[in-house]
Amino acid sequence: MAYSTKVIEHFQNPRNVGTLDKAKKNVGTGLVGAPECGDVMRLQIEVDEATGIIQDAKFKTFGCGSAIASSSLATEWLKGKSVDEALTIDNMDIVEELALPPVKIHCSVLAEDAIKAAIADYRKKNGIEVVSEATVVA
Amino acid sequence: MAARRIYLDNNATTPCDPRVVEAMVPYFFEHHGNAASRNHPFGWEAEEAVDYAREQIAKLLDADEKEIIFTSGATESDNLAIKGVYEMYSRKGNHIITVKTEHKAVLDTCNKLEKHGAEVTYLDVKNDGLIDLAELEAAIKPSTILVSVMWANNETGVIQPMKEIGQICEKHGVLFFSDATQAVGKIKTHPREVGVHLMAFTGHKMYGPKGVGALYVSRKNPRVKVTAQMDGGGHERGMRSGTLNVPGIVGFGKAAEIAMQEMEQDAARLSKLRDKLEKGFSELEEIYINGNVEHRMPHVTNISFKHVEGEGLMMTFNQEIALSSGSACTSASLEPSYVLVALGLGDDLAHSSLRFSLGRFTSEDDVNYAIEAIKKGVNHMRDLSPIWEMYKEGVDLSKIEWAEHG
Repeated sequence: MAYSTKVIEHFQNPRNVGTLDKAKKNVGTGLVGAPECGDVMRLQIEVDEATGIIQDAKFKTFGCGSAIASSSLATEWLKGKSVDEALTIDNMDIVEELALPPVKIHCSVLAEDAIKAAIADYRKKNGIEVVSEATVVA
Repeated sequence: MAARRIYLDNNATTPCDPRVVEAMVPYFFEHHGNAASRNHPFGWEAEEAVDYAREQIAKLLDADEKEIIFTSGATESDNLAIKGVYEMYSRKGNHIITVKTEHKAVLDTCNKLEKHGAEVTYLDVKNDGLIDLAELEAAIKPSTILVSVMWANNETGVIQPMKEIGQICEKHGVLFFSDATQAVGKIKTHPREVGVHLMAFTGHKMYGPKGVGALYVSRKNPRVKVTAQMDGGGHERGMRSGTLNVPGIVGFGKAAEIAMQEMEQDAARLSKLRDKLEKGFSELEEIYINGNVEHRMPHVTNISFKHVEGEGLMMTFNQEIALSSGSACTSASLEPSYVLVALGLGDDLAHSSLRFSLGRFTSEDDVNYAIEAIKKGVNHMRDLSPIWEMYKEGVDLSKIEWAEHG
């Protein structure tokens, strides 16, 4: 099975690789997946407190090419969005953009989970009450 | 500059040796006869060619040519051996012993027989991939008819103690079948010497063509019979009907002849290259060689690069270097290699593994190139890996409650 050109492009030039200071109040961190499952994604957002806009997003991912491309794409999409807007990112948007085959859909699900987890962490730190299913670790 | 392509996946399939191809070519047009045509020279030529190939293969196994049954490949040979023995010896018993690290062609065949009344014991392996002989012996009971243990494992290259297993089988009067697909033509595989009664192997793992394999079936002491799984014209002494693949068989025979002459020097050269490959990675932290390193095929190594996912790692270089990963990121089940898991590796290490299998056409240059490319890939992937970062910060990954999705 060959990878789509978009997956290869993100894999070869991943956007926003790195680490934000998770101690900062306006940084939300989502860590999803498990080493035993072959995928771990850590996605972080830094929110401008005045505007509520995501000003920076970083990721690190342990996983296959599609997992790395999915998280790279997610960070690209997150920047400049409000937190509420970010919550509307759907895994199927990622599937479509990267032309992921069915066996790789779980990579996009993981990226969506990571976004939700990062936002939940940010909200929790800042006392913003919302009901969320996402689990937050780290 | 043309893209470099390095092939380190010889356990998947080997290239067909040009000398083999050359031997095969006349049997497509010039000598195209059916080996079963008894009444004209076309048939006689084909039959003669098949007989000669059978001799070449028998010599490689130190066997009698009547003990070689041609099939379409090792999967068919595995099926014929296991199902054929199960049917032929059903009056004696219904119990089969095999091992968790066998190839799917053996495991799924056993699985199917379980649905038809067989009782199957799947032995565990130790952390080094070898079976525990005492456990094997303890598993044998009066209803046991067959022990099926592969000669060398396809993923780790680990070689089972064939002679000892043969002795146990002989002591208890049980037939011993071995899937020797990865061993034949690369190391000495003389079934009679080690007490193997049936043995499966194939052309395309030993520089022969795809689509042709064989089953060795012992003719004396003991005389073994298998029930045919393919009915028809009664070819191959009734054990496998179907027109013989003459060009394929000719190539298979030639491959066996070459293997016999060159096996030793190939093995010596490849084990040096394999060791060089392993040493080349020694400056990387947290790498693990999977399986017993002494009882192992000379051309194989299976290495886990911790905190790096195997398929992602391959993507850093797989336009150029072909190999396999125990990561099952592409499989629908998302399960990592069951072989590595049976060795007691955590799923995380199994996902991080690469299998290198060198071959007759692997050069030292290829290995040097691969070492550099893979080192670069591992470092790159670790820079991207959150768990590598956590490991470097001293976080105990086993203490984290991972949020597993799905």
